[in-house]
Amino acid sequence: LISEKWSELFMQRGLDSETKKQLEEEEKKIISEEHWYLDLPELKEKESFIIEEQSFLLCEDLLYGRMSFRGFNPEVEKLMLHMNAKHKAEEVEDETVELDVSDEEMARRYETFVGTIGKKFARKRDHANYEEDENGDIQPIKAKKMFLKPQD
Amino acid sequence: MAEAVSVAAESFAGGRARGARSVLGQVVLPGEELLLPEQEDAEGPGGAGERPLSLNAGARSRVRVICGPGLRRCGDRLLVTKCGRLRHKEPGGGGGGGGVYWVDSQQKRYVPVKGDHVIGIVTAKSGDIFKVDVGGSEPASLSYLSFEGATKRNRPNVQVGDLIYGQFVVANKDMEPEMVCIDSCGRANGMGVIGQDGLLFKVTLGLIRKLLAPDCEIIQEVGKLYPLEIVFGMNGRIWVKAKTIQQTLILANILEACEHMTSDQRKQIFSRLAES
Repeated sequence: LISEKWSELFMQRGLDSETKKQLEEEEKKIISEEHWYLDLPELKEKESFIIEEQSFLLCEDLLYGRMSFRGFNPEVEKLMLHMNAKHKAEEVEDETVELDVSDEEMARRYETFVGTIGKKFARKRDHANYEEDENGDIQPIKAKKMFLKPQD
Repeated sequence: MAEAVSVAAESFAGGRARGARSVLGQVVLPGEELLLPEQEDAEGPGGAGERPLSLNAGARSRVRVICGPGLRRCGDRLLVTKCGRLRHKEPGGGGGGGGVYWVDSQQKRYVPVKGDHVIGIVTAKSGDIFKVDVGGSEPASLSYLSFEGATKRNRPNVQVGDLIYGQFVVANKDMEPEMVCIDSCGRANGMGVIGQDGLLFKVTLGLIRKLLAPDCEIIQEVGKLYPLEIVFGMNGRIWVKAKTIQQTLILANILEACEHMTSDQRKQIFSRLAES
């Protein structure tokens, strides 16, 4: 093939630059001839203003496919509110009691939670700082014992 | 209904294309050509008093029109491919003029469409993908990574025979349909394996769309009966679950029968149920 000869020739020093150019052009010509093209007249692309869509989602505003009523599946009911919010319909009042954790409860748990996790990562010596209360709640860490430089 | 059909037959026999605007809500038959509003003026006496939609007089600026299910593009016109009533929706929001035209038809056989949420039944598990029967011409493929929080180590718990609620990402006539149980952000949004128990049954596609309409009375009345859960698949499958088997069966019978009942008959049935 020409490409092999071409690389061989380029390897040889002292070859005419003219010969090199000729070979390069031949190489390009062969490459461009190998590329296929359609021998057709240029089609005028008619810009069509009609778009085909086979989906009914564009046509009709359909609701979300999962539904739950009267608290049978609370997660699905939350999903229904979330997904159908774009319809701007009035939100249905929940008949069921909310199972969310209240703020006070959250704050109480978090207070002891910090101590528990801190204890996990503290070294053995520092475990003394995490004394347990009468109720069994872990109190948060007190003053850390630092190295006291001896005087004199 | 007979008059509408005879009118349609006449104009079709005459070979004159009708304007889409003039046929809204009427029955159209496959093979009819419909003209878009701007073309009606140019056609001559066909469109009586129709004003063109172009904003600036003089320049022929075309409005972009979407042709939905049941319609095909045929040059500059719309070609009807299914029989039913022609519907139109104006575009909501700022962009895109022209709106959507489609044919409100009825059929039982589902053809996968990209973006549709469907209920599928897992029929086979081969390697990394599940084969899911969606009621189309071939089973859709569902990769095990297309679930929320699924990784190569953490595989989803899906067995053969499970019900899956998912949406199509690839659905055309040339390729095998592919579905996923995850949205573009990676969240499940209610998709995935549908829980235990319950009952799956099949209805026509038109009934699903009717039940999922925003102002559907049937669903509102059903929701007041007793606690229940329903999943609608656009492929004509509905899954229902209630506390007892009897309630589940009643619900399934109502949904199947409400297609052919008038609203009065339906209200009778609901009032009888509420009493018992």
